[in-house]
Amino acid sequence: MARHEVISPIPGTLYRRPDPDSDPFVEEGQEVKADDTICLVEVMKNFHAVNAGVAGTVVEFLVETDDEVGAGQPVAVIEDGN
Amino acid sequence: MKRLLIANRGEIALRVVRAARDLGIETVAVFSEADAGAAHVRLADSAVPIGKSPVGKSYLRGDAIVEAAVEAGADAVHPGYGLLSERADFARACEAAGLTFVGPDADTIDTMGDKVAARVAAAKAGVPTVPGSDAAVGGVDEAAAVAASLGYPVMLKAAGGGGGRGIRVVGDEAGLRREFPMASGEAGSAFGDPRLYVERFVERARHVEVQVLGDGGDVIHLFERECSLQRRRQKVVEEALSPGISPETRAAMTTAAVELAQSVGYRSAGTVEFLVDDESGDFFFMEMNTRIQVEHPVTEWLCGVDLVAEQLRIAAGEGLQLAQGDIDPRGAAIEFRLTAEDPANDFFPNPGRVEQLNMPSGPWVRVDTWLEGGGEVTPFYDSLLAKVIVWGADRAEAIARSRRVLGEIVVEGVKTTAPLLSAILGEDWFAAADFHTGTLEQWLETDPLAAGG
Repeated sequence: MARHEVISPIPGTLYRRPDPDSDPFVEEGQEVKADDTICLVEVMKNFHAVNAGVAGTVVEFLVETDDEVGAGQPVAVIEDGN
Repeated sequence: MKRLLIANRGEIALRVVRAARDLGIETVAVFSEADAGAAHVRLADSAVPIGKSPVGKSYLRGDAIVEAAVEAGADAVHPGYGLLSERADFARACEAAGLTFVGPDADTIDTMGDKVAARVAAAKAGVPTVPGSDAAVGGVDEAAAVAASLGYPVMLKAAGGGGGRGIRVVGDEAGLRREFPMASGEAGSAFGDPRLYVERFVERARHVEVQVLGDGGDVIHLFERECSLQRRRQKVVEEALSPGISPETRAAMTTAAVELAQSVGYRSAGTVEFLVDDESGDFFFMEMNTRIQVEHPVTEWLCGVDLVAEQLRIAAGEGLQLAQGDIDPRGAAIEFRLTAEDPANDFFPNPGRVEQLNMPSGPWVRVDTWLEGGGEVTPFYDSLLAKVIVWGADRAEAIARSRRVLGEIVVEGVKTTAPLLSAILGEDWFAAADFHTGTLEQWLETDPLAAGG
């Protein structure tokens, strides 16, 4: 088991849902694949999908919806299955 | 109206502060953490912090803004554009708190904000709408029947959509039957409303919009703006008058806009957007924007009217001071939107610190900007840095002056669309006004910036 930090490559505002009326992309404790989108970061009204990067279990989100993130900031922790 | 709170940021907040000052009205700015040092905060008479940098925690918090207005002793609120400007609930919350909302009444915002209701209002006023279902269709069979009577291609449009979202073009009945359930499902999750309507698809279309001013009784128009040069439905260059419509089309379109605005008792500045079939000259109502628009300065310069000041006078109950006969368009005005996007890298947003900055000045140019040398372009807000507006006695003179004006732009530290704007100015199709809403994207596919060096 290894802890893997998911990094936002860009600065902006984080959203855990595709839109305000939908469910979150993933909940904490949920299994994800490497190419699953786990959140969006909005930079100047452009939305960029942030993928899990590794397969495993989402342990925790470090940033919540409507919070600001910096470029290179960890936004979530995933424990991979190896 | 003695004290006005401005529920916005950036260049439009500055624009409203300046109009208010001209009229002797005090101003109250609101600001997020990222905007604590912003020009609109310094220029206003006072300023109130309303939250953290993301808009969901500051500029979209209607309750916090109404509270700030009441605390600051304001008697009116100007919403600018975007953000809360077309939210009927915000207009209602202002009025409930005893504040004058600078805009139309909340019911008008509701009607015009709903695509189906707006289309019905237009049809009732005798304004041509794009041939299609008059309301949302009941299902795929009704959609197919409507499409068969219109002829393909047709568009499936989400009733709750807007800004180009929720639109699909289908070329035949098989395509319609395949796409309809997906489009409806997407509309349901994206807009909370699965209803679709069906419209004829115009292949070569111009986007032309008419500026109106009303006081709840009288309505006048201030002619039209040509806004066909768009990328991903975002306007890039706008001008007035439109060089692409005939005098007959202009007369019919401006009359239609006034009749629609009168039929809903329109108050304040508003814009009626039309789609023009470039082949036939036929025009069709698209939507009405119930706010001041980004590109309003081209109309101001063309007609010599301060639209924001007129909004304030109308909201203060002074009524419309202008008659249609007072509106006399002169020459040609062009607006260029300078944004912090990198045209050489698929328009990737470019936040960062601006080092060197020079904005154009001198004769026949107006620059509306919030940007200052050493200033920070943050990731939290839209990418608009400046609007550069140029006037000429005719379109050719405006274009010639624009070359000089755009050549003075220096922005170091962030990538901007300045090279794109200059390249557009050099194109024969721009000089000839031979363009439609698809032209800019088609041209960008040829990689003109790389080829031009």
